[in-house]
Amino acid sequence: MSAGTIAVIDYGMGNLRSVSKALEHVAGGKTVVVTADPAVVAAAERVVFPGQGAMPDCMAELDARGLRGAVLAAAKEKPFLGICVGEQMLFEHSDEGDVPALGVFAGNVKRFPGDKMVLPSGERLKVPHMGWNTVRQQPHALWQGIADGARFYFVHSYFVVPADPALVTGSSEYGVPFTCAVGRDNIFAVQFHPEKSARDGLQLLKNFVEWHP
Amino acid sequence: MLAKRIIPCLDVTAGRVVKGTNFVGLRDAGDPIEIARRYDEQGADEVTFLDITASSDQRDIILHIVEACAEQVFIPLTVGGGVRKVEDVRRLLNAGADKVSMNTAAVQNPDLVFDASSKVGSQCIVVAIDAKQVAPGQWHVFTHGGRNDTGLDTIEWAKKVAALGAGEILLTSMDRDGTKNGFDLALTRAVSDAVSIPVIASGGVGNLQHLADGVSEGRADAVLAASIFHFGEYTVRQAKEYMAARGIEVRL
Repeated sequence: MSAGTIAVIDYGMGNLRSVSKALEHVAGGKTVVVTADPAVVAAAERVVFPGQGAMPDCMAELDARGLRGAVLAAAKEKPFLGICVGEQMLFEHSDEGDVPALGVFAGNVKRFPGDKMVLPSGERLKVPHMGWNTVRQQPHALWQGIADGARFYFVHSYFVVPADPALVTGSSEYGVPFTCAVGRDNIFAVQFHPEKSARDGLQLLKNFVEWHP
Repeated sequence: MLAKRIIPCLDVTAGRVVKGTNFVGLRDAGDPIEIARRYDEQGADEVTFLDITASSDQRDIILHIVEACAEQVFIPLTVGGGVRKVEDVRRLLNAGADKVSMNTAAVQNPDLVFDASSKVGSQCIVVAIDAKQVAPGQWHVFTHGGRNDTGLDTIEWAKKVAALGAGEILLTSMDRDGTKNGFDLALTRAVSDAVSIPVIASGGVGNLQHLADGVSEGRADAVLAASIFHFGEYTVRQAKEYMAARGIEVRL
């Protein structure tokens, strides 16, 4: 496994073709590999941790494949990008299924509050939050070349609530304000799907591929 | 603010877009991937492929199109047509589709909606409903291109598929489809108000006002159109600028 490899961690939850193809599109000479092999994750230069579906299933599948250790090790030292449930799993606990998560960051994962999801016009906001929403940025290398307030594609019903506000690198609003990007040291993680977010999403992935935290 | 979505829809058979398109500068007006790329460039929020291939031995062609599309188009892709089993859903998702839409098979076997959403997640499952008015304020679900009245009430069916785990509803008015007279706004609003999942309005778009009406009066979360975009009457960008000028939140 060459030093330039970008490992996309595959723990059996959903299709990773979109993520890997989008990364390949911006990877320059680097190799993108979709893998369930802890050794490949350990040898990679940088790691992408995607996730879709329900958090309890994601945690169960991650452990069933023996990948927890590899993910935690990568999150300590390599450029690391969490996407969607891959972001949520970095926190301590999720209300979805009331499960403990990886605990890399202090904080929890909450659901959009159904009763508060009504606009002043009387229109009810649908859950899941699905579609393109604006992201207000906090300064970070991964936003380079992306306008503050640019729109990204979201599909989710839960979002992270970090205990430490300093973790927040991006926020959005859907009935309530919520955190949609977090970062610390070598880790950046987003609730939205950069691989489905057209040019700005590709720019974020390109920034990640070239990132030297 | 979350943007209302504009979704161009392509009818595909045996690997080619039917009804044709009329883009200036397109090398091959029948190539679904080239057309999808063009819509992506225009700012489409998603693209939908509807596989209308009649013969089952040509079904795999759509998989190759989806694979190629996923390598070049980085916005969400929904694929429908001929989906009968959970395995069909899986194959389309594995090829690179983000969402799979099911219609007749869901009516014949509602458990399919539950089984598929349990396995792959609600966010991947779209139930397409073809509705036709049978009395004022009452619409039935039709199948087989509007020929077969299932007797199901559209509002009740929409609530049922939402409860079974559908992540989104693609609602087509069979009365309006192809007329260019605009969406059935009463139908759209009735369904959108009845369910807590997003509703895509479809059928009848003839101009940009119709798209705006679908959102503001129909309360749709997204609007789908085919011919007004295919034949170059309007670009997706023009549609968005029109909607933005009317105070509708869009991604520009």
